[in-house]
Amino acid sequence: MTKDNSFSAVMARKAEIIRNAVGVDYKQFESGSIAFDYERMMASTGYTLEDVIEIQRGYAIGNTPLIELKNITSLVRNLSKEGYGARIFVKDEAANPSGSFKVRRAATSIHHARRMGYFGALSATSGNYGAAVASCCAKSGLKCIVVQECYDSRGVGQPEIIEKARKCEALGAEVVQLTVGPELFYTVLRMLEDTGYFNASLYTAFGIAGIETLGYEVANQCREQLGKDPDVVVCTNAGGGNLTGTARGLIKANCAAQVVAASVNLKGLHMASDTQFNKKSFTTGHTGFGMPFSTWPDRSDVPRSAARPLRYMDRYVTVNQGEVFYTTELLARLEGIERGPAGNTSLAAAISLAQELPEDAIVVVQETEYTGAGKHGSAQLSFARQNGIRVSLGDPRDEIAGESIVLPAHPSMLHAADVDLDHMRRSLITHAATTIDHAPTAGDIAFLAEETKTGESFVLEVLKQ
Amino acid sequence: MAKKGDWVRIHSIILTPEQRSSAVPEDTKSVPLEQWTKGYLHADAKLGEIAEVTTRTGRVVSGTLVDETPHYQHSFGDFVPELQQAGDEAFSFLFGGSAK
Repeated sequence: MTKDNSFSAVMARKAEIIRNAVGVDYKQFESGSIAFDYERMMASTGYTLEDVIEIQRGYAIGNTPLIELKNITSLVRNLSKEGYGARIFVKDEAANPSGSFKVRRAATSIHHARRMGYFGALSATSGNYGAAVASCCAKSGLKCIVVQECYDSRGVGQPEIIEKARKCEALGAEVVQLTVGPELFYTVLRMLEDTGYFNASLYTAFGIAGIETLGYEVANQCREQLGKDPDVVVCTNAGGGNLTGTARGLIKANCAAQVVAASVNLKGLHMASDTQFNKKSFTTGHTGFGMPFSTWPDRSDVPRSAARPLRYMDRYVTVNQGEVFYTTELLARLEGIERGPAGNTSLAAAISLAQELPEDAIVVVQETEYTGAGKHGSAQLSFARQNGIRVSLGDPRDEIAGESIVLPAHPSMLHAADVDLDHMRRSLITHAATTIDHAPTAGDIAFLAEETKTGESFVLEVLKQ
Repeated sequence: MAKKGDWVRIHSIILTPEQRSSAVPEDTKSVPLEQWTKGYLHADAKLGEIAEVTTRTGRVVSGTLVDETPHYQHSFGDFVPELQQAGDEAFSFLFGGSAK
């Protein structure tokens, strides 16, 4: 019998395909209403933090250096009022085998896939995660397919994504490239069905458990190197996994650092638009993912996402594209460390946040990423110019995503802008209420309080409106 | 002419505009969803012809032959004077001296 592979028929088989490709039945965590048992889902991997550390050690992942950025801190102090300007540290995650923190996320999944007897793994990502999955598959002897959204309808590809395709291929993966559109998921479902591969989703408990080691290391390295805990940990936020895993790791280390999310501001650009696809200079770490995935995490490729950033976020700031390119230049020119732009989103935010904190405070930027052809300030800004974007030095607040990129004319002009976190929390609660046809249960209200890091009174007040 | 066994790149249409999801914006819905894959060619073929390949993971995929010698050409782009100026000025702001 020939299978019906039309868009609607494949999407209708989604639950079954994902269940087979992840090996997890998500129904067991459901309450039948808004609430589900998040912690039970996280524990369902069967791997403890110690197990994950051991798995990652086998892939030569982790224990990346925590580097004090003394010159950037000096720069910050030059810009701050007397006694202010926190010490800034960066966790050099580019030192991981695949060149980014994302390999932590891949390791547990691929280790598990191998144990479960899958012959290969598939990942849908245009980002560093593809190389991460390819790296772990290479080490584990599994086949690997990476599916990327890469081109617009003219066949023009983002240089950063093309570089990631090259890296995936260098690590042995088959790379399938698509034009813009959320139907990428349809293609992925068809390939999972055809190959029987493991879905190395970014959003399973395996993935997020892998990032917990990052937060855990940050806390322990600060204690070993500085004799104290970090005060603030800044995480670049897109799909929410980076922040969720890091925050959970900090909690497991009994570290009460403030967790700040940072995204590149791409306000006004539609992520599924063919004509706007190449008007942006960041393909991840931006508000186009950060906002929707924070306010509604269950829009991913698994029924329940393990990345639930509003549970852990204390503050959310945005920086503009020009500020991140500028920060990438500062890291190279003042610290002698050349890294990829997207990984410096949280560093750009930290330069601004550190000015609000006293000199003895510790701010940790929890990632860097590798750089190379295509994935570099000059490549990405040249590409922006070719696509009609104006690039200049000036006041970054004048930047309009999709029209201009403004690098700060002076370091004092770099400024992280606060996002109204309560507004995002209200949005999550309001949306959750629309998914059921009855009044939220007591369990739902307690769940939503946890989901938004608020209290039941906040949830009840929002529901009343 | 690409020979049987050559490493090539093929292109195919996955969804025509009419088959696309109703959830995509108008500009995206007016164009097809396209796909590019690489693999080892099953039989001699010319550019523009329909060809079948076996990919690295052993999948058999067919599409239009679009590249006989696929390779990467992405680069570090053009010289971007604003980046250099920003770096020079930050350096002199911190360490003194002239930015030029």
